[in-house]
Amino acid sequence: MNSLAQIDQAQEAEGAALDINAYMAEQEKKSLLRFLTCGSVDDGKSTLIGRLLYDTKLIFEDQLAALHRDSRKHGTNGEDIDFALLVDGLEAEREQGITIDVAYRFFSTPKRKFIVADTPGHEQYTRNMATGASTADLAIVLVDARQGVLRQTRRHSFIASLLGIRNIVLAVNKIDLVDYSQDVFERIVEEYQEFAGSLGFKSVRAIPLSARFGDNVIAPSQNMTWYDGPALLQYLEDVPLDNADEAKPFRFPVQYVNRPNLDFRGFAGTIASGSVAPGDEVVVAKSGKSSRVKRIVSMDGDLELAREGEAVTLVLEDEVELSRGNMLVAPDARPDVADQFAAHLVWFAEQALIPGRSYILRTETDQVTATITDLKYRIDINSFAQEAAKSLDLNEVGVVNVSTQEAVVFDAYGSNRSTGSFILIDRLTNATVGAGMIDFALRRASNVHWQALDVDKASRAARKDQKPAVLWFTGLSGSGKSTVANLVEKRLAALGKHTYILDGDNVRHGLNRDLGFTEEDRVENIRRVGEVAKLMVDAGLIVLVSFISPFASERRMVRELLSDGEFMEIFVDTPFEECARRDPKGLYAKALRGEIKNFTGVDSPYERPEHPELHLETVGRSTEELASEVEKLLIERGILFNYDQSSWSI
Amino acid sequence: MGKNLTHLQRLEAEAIHIFREVAATFANPVMMYSIGKDSSVMLHLAMKAFYPGKPPFPFLHIDSRWKFKEMIAFRDSEAQRLGFDLLVHSNQEGVEQGISPFIHGSNTHTHIMKTVALRQALDKYGFDAAFGGARRDEEKARAKERVFSFRNAQHSWDPKNQRPEMWKIYNTRVAKGESIRVFPISNWTELDIWQYILQEKIPIVPLYYAAMRPVVERDGMLIMRDDERMDLLPGEVLQQKMVRFRTLGCYPLTGAVESTATTLPEIVSEMLVARTSERQGRMIDRDEAGSMEKKKREGYF
Repeated sequence: MNSLAQIDQAQEAEGAALDINAYMAEQEKKSLLRFLTCGSVDDGKSTLIGRLLYDTKLIFEDQLAALHRDSRKHGTNGEDIDFALLVDGLEAEREQGITIDVAYRFFSTPKRKFIVADTPGHEQYTRNMATGASTADLAIVLVDARQGVLRQTRRHSFIASLLGIRNIVLAVNKIDLVDYSQDVFERIVEEYQEFAGSLGFKSVRAIPLSARFGDNVIAPSQNMTWYDGPALLQYLEDVPLDNADEAKPFRFPVQYVNRPNLDFRGFAGTIASGSVAPGDEVVVAKSGKSSRVKRIVSMDGDLELAREGEAVTLVLEDEVELSRGNMLVAPDARPDVADQFAAHLVWFAEQALIPGRSYILRTETDQVTATITDLKYRIDINSFAQEAAKSLDLNEVGVVNVSTQEAVVFDAYGSNRSTGSFILIDRLTNATVGAGMIDFALRRASNVHWQALDVDKASRAARKDQKPAVLWFTGLSGSGKSTVANLVEKRLAALGKHTYILDGDNVRHGLNRDLGFTEEDRVENIRRVGEVAKLMVDAGLIVLVSFISPFASERRMVRELLSDGEFMEIFVDTPFEECARRDPKGLYAKALRGEIKNFTGVDSPYERPEHPELHLETVGRSTEELASEVEKLLIERGILFNYDQSSWSI
Repeated sequence: MGKNLTHLQRLEAEAIHIFREVAATFANPVMMYSIGKDSSVMLHLAMKAFYPGKPPFPFLHIDSRWKFKEMIAFRDSEAQRLGFDLLVHSNQEGVEQGISPFIHGSNTHTHIMKTVALRQALDKYGFDAAFGGARRDEEKARAKERVFSFRNAQHSWDPKNQRPEMWKIYNTRVAKGESIRVFPISNWTELDIWQYILQEKIPIVPLYYAAMRPVVERDGMLIMRDDERMDLLPGEVLQQKMVRFRTLGCYPLTGAVESTATTLPEIVSEMLVARTSERQGRMIDRDEAGSMEKKKREGYF
């Protein structure tokens, strides 16, 4: 069977009764192939498509008459028909003889219907090529036999690969102009395969052809007997369609909640991958809630199975919370739900991408605010080299980290084009400024997210009528930190202040139960307490922290966690000998006997504070006196107001 | 693993997806209902998209007052059968001025009674999205138009500044006053339309079927005399001919073809041997080169 179009068959049947039922039955088996043609202005892309339309008899008489007329007016082939004029639609393009936008063309044969995205080849139209490639299953990369593999050949192949196209036809065009030379053809193929090896294509089919004269376009050419492969159209008809999306895990981005009345609640969307049947367990991606599919509703009656590509309406067994932007997924193979991920990004706008700026990010059905937190590098689309960059300009490609205000549901683009892609929209102009392909999640999102809250630290503190602060008591074990801190807290409480004590021993019984006394664990011990103290300050409290905290660097770390003036370091200075003599918990005795390792002052160092806010020498002084010293500091710092100390009765 | 979906199943799913996308993201969408076969397919797809509910938007017919009588009757019976919300708008000034394609020519008539009327209706109701049944295979300018085609506040199209349209992710954001024209059957061909009508048994205006009709030969086209407003020119003869229409619009601007196809299968077989493209039956495209692009820039669908 040759590859003549259905029109020819129909013409043969003209006069005789055409068996329309047989024809329709054949139509029902027809599949759809979307492909992209890329190549530069002079490679003859539009001519090739025009040729395909012409040779499959999809050009009608009136269009042909118009073509003859236009060829004389705008054509570049003298008296011959210029097939490119069939395709280049916009007036500006016809005048300039170039293709400046994606054009979609359609033709069909008895086996398949084809949707062709004809895209421009210039570097400045990378975004148009990316647009055409995003929905294509296959790309025809045109090369001028006289020119061989050029920068643009590499660029087109790279973009095709970037957008996830796995099947390539390398069309070596204008082979008539090199005398149908096998050598030229083979040299080009070899050169192509050399660099395309790294692009992850599943198949690369090289075909020598002449679009202008039709060699190897729809039928094998008599001019190249050395070539025994298929003609282009034969290949396009027979290339296996990548049906792998149906074998992938079930993904159903919810597009629209169909609620025509109180008795019906259906979730409408297009199945991105996998299949689904009534009774199947499904999980709501963002909440993890599980349910079962009760019905697959359609106007033609309920379905027993729905699969990748079908636009359906699902009814679930349970009342789960689910709306547009969320996804129903297979319980045993879930997508990522995260608010930070790495991605490849193609930039579409004149105004450059600036890391840190806020954009609107849209996936197939979800929409969130997003920023590019890090531009890791730019990729030179001609050499594939990675370059450091501060911004991305129009038509540039980069690898970035993206942070979204709320978690989104996704898979890696490499495993699912529908659920792994997004676009970026300018908040002001609503222009589509970029397109992204997600590589991987950077951090799994919890269900707890930072919220911009109207009630802030200042308002919380104001309601308590106080200035929040951290009083950080540091000193050796048994130096009297806790005793002083306890008394200070009692006095503050008596003044109506809201306080809390974080005591080293107590915290080690709970929050830091998992930590020991090695240097690493001591650092972590302080880090955690510092963070807790910070939250409490945020809540408006006056926090008294009573920790040995032997290392200066950790005390400084906590100081830096807090705002200026909030952190007050109080050095409770009791000599080692005195502490060992007091030994309220009997620890020094054990440590000195070697029964406790890493004991501060014994076999682990204590770094004395150099510039504490308050230096309390305890020897020979009462707890009351020491507490009063702390109060003086608080008055100096505006935490407490001046008052008559005699009124303190405790 | 099941076999691949057929091309018609893929096209149907794509269109349904687009209908739902608009319903989910626009505040006030409308479907342009032009009564032709493409509109019949659109209507059918919209019913499918929201089943068991009804399409959550009204249907707008721009009545140029020169449509075939059978089109108007079909429109009203479909609205009643399916229970959709039908809005009809005519350019009242144009009606009062007595705009006629016979007197003022197809260009003026189309501009005032279709393009201007459409802009009036969109402004009157404040629609932010309007579905149209245009297909990319119809005309070269349409081949390059997006599925979601942005219009500024003056309803005009800027072909050089279209939003890139990636995957199935549509940028549906518009500012106040701006709108988007949406073409769910962009990727269908005329043959796909007929096959789908046949497969789904979709009702179409009877004018698509061949019947004896009164026609006049004028400017190389067979024009049906649908009412008394059409005067015969000197030398013209009204003839009864077995004809049908491949495309429907204003009757003075729509050429009939001679045909014996009285059933859907016969129409499809006739399609398969057709040697002229369907828009040839329309006068508006032939007025000047690039005429469709020019009309679209001005706000024509």
